[in-house]
Amino acid sequence: MSPCAGLLPLRSGTVRLAEVDPGRITSLMPGPGQAAALDRALSETHGLGWPAPGQAILSQRGGVVWTGLDQAMLMGPAPDPALARHAALTDQSDAWAVADLSGGDGPEVLARLVPVDLRPQAFAEGATARTLLGHMTASITRTGPETLRIMVFRSMARTLVHDLHAAMDAVAARRGLDAGGPPR
Amino acid sequence: MRLRCPLCGERDRREFTYKGAAVALDRPATEAWSADWDDYLHNRANPAGETRDLWQHAAGCGAWLVVTRDTVTHSIADVRLARGEGTA
Repeated sequence: MSPCAGLLPLRSGTVRLAEVDPGRITSLMPGPGQAAALDRALSETHGLGWPAPGQAILSQRGGVVWTGLDQAMLMGPAPDPALARHAALTDQSDAWAVADLSGGDGPEVLARLVPVDLRPQAFAEGATARTLLGHMTASITRTGPETLRIMVFRSMARTLVHDLHAAMDAVAARRGLDAGGPPR
Repeated sequence: MRLRCPLCGERDRREFTYKGAAVALDRPATEAWSADWDDYLHNRANPAGETRDLWQHAAGCGAWLVVTRDTVTHSIADVRLARGEGTA
């Protein structure tokens, strides 16, 4: 059963929240001085690379999302064994709840919960941040012009959906007032 | 209060956890007891002015940071990774 089974998808106003099956999630932690070698290995084996802080390297089949000091998550494919020569690999596939918040008001919704500016002009495609979403630590990545991918620990899935749903409804109600109609 | 994390950029105080004086980075080289160990373990200044503290960007990248700030003006002079700082 997926982390958000029975909870998603949701739509409120113009914003949609849907669960994402991220495939395999593998944490990559390069050994001291190994980042450059790991970058080459990721390029040769997966067509990806080692991301700079705050960046995600995305492709059709997956990506590498920076998640902290000397840490990134390989999303999608099973890791090539060659990566283990340069980094500690940990399977975290079952540890995360992953959802896409899509629609132009996505940043407006997250502005109610996240202390980081996530508008496209400040947070372009391929940008990623570790930050707070309400009281949860989260990883947030812009994967498209109107899509923000949110990852929280799996145990937080229900809280994530609840908090986002409340924020989505509040933004939709505000838009309704702006348009002169009653709150929807 | 906002701190400019070297990895994440400027972030809100609530993402950070305060540890204490950055003296903790300067572990004495000798194992034998000395006044340096007294200073390392127990003695802390309480300056009205510049102070160096350890903070962790716990809700962000997880990095330990050395923050140089002024306790009188609350201005932040410098934030850098604790890695490579001190004698430890």
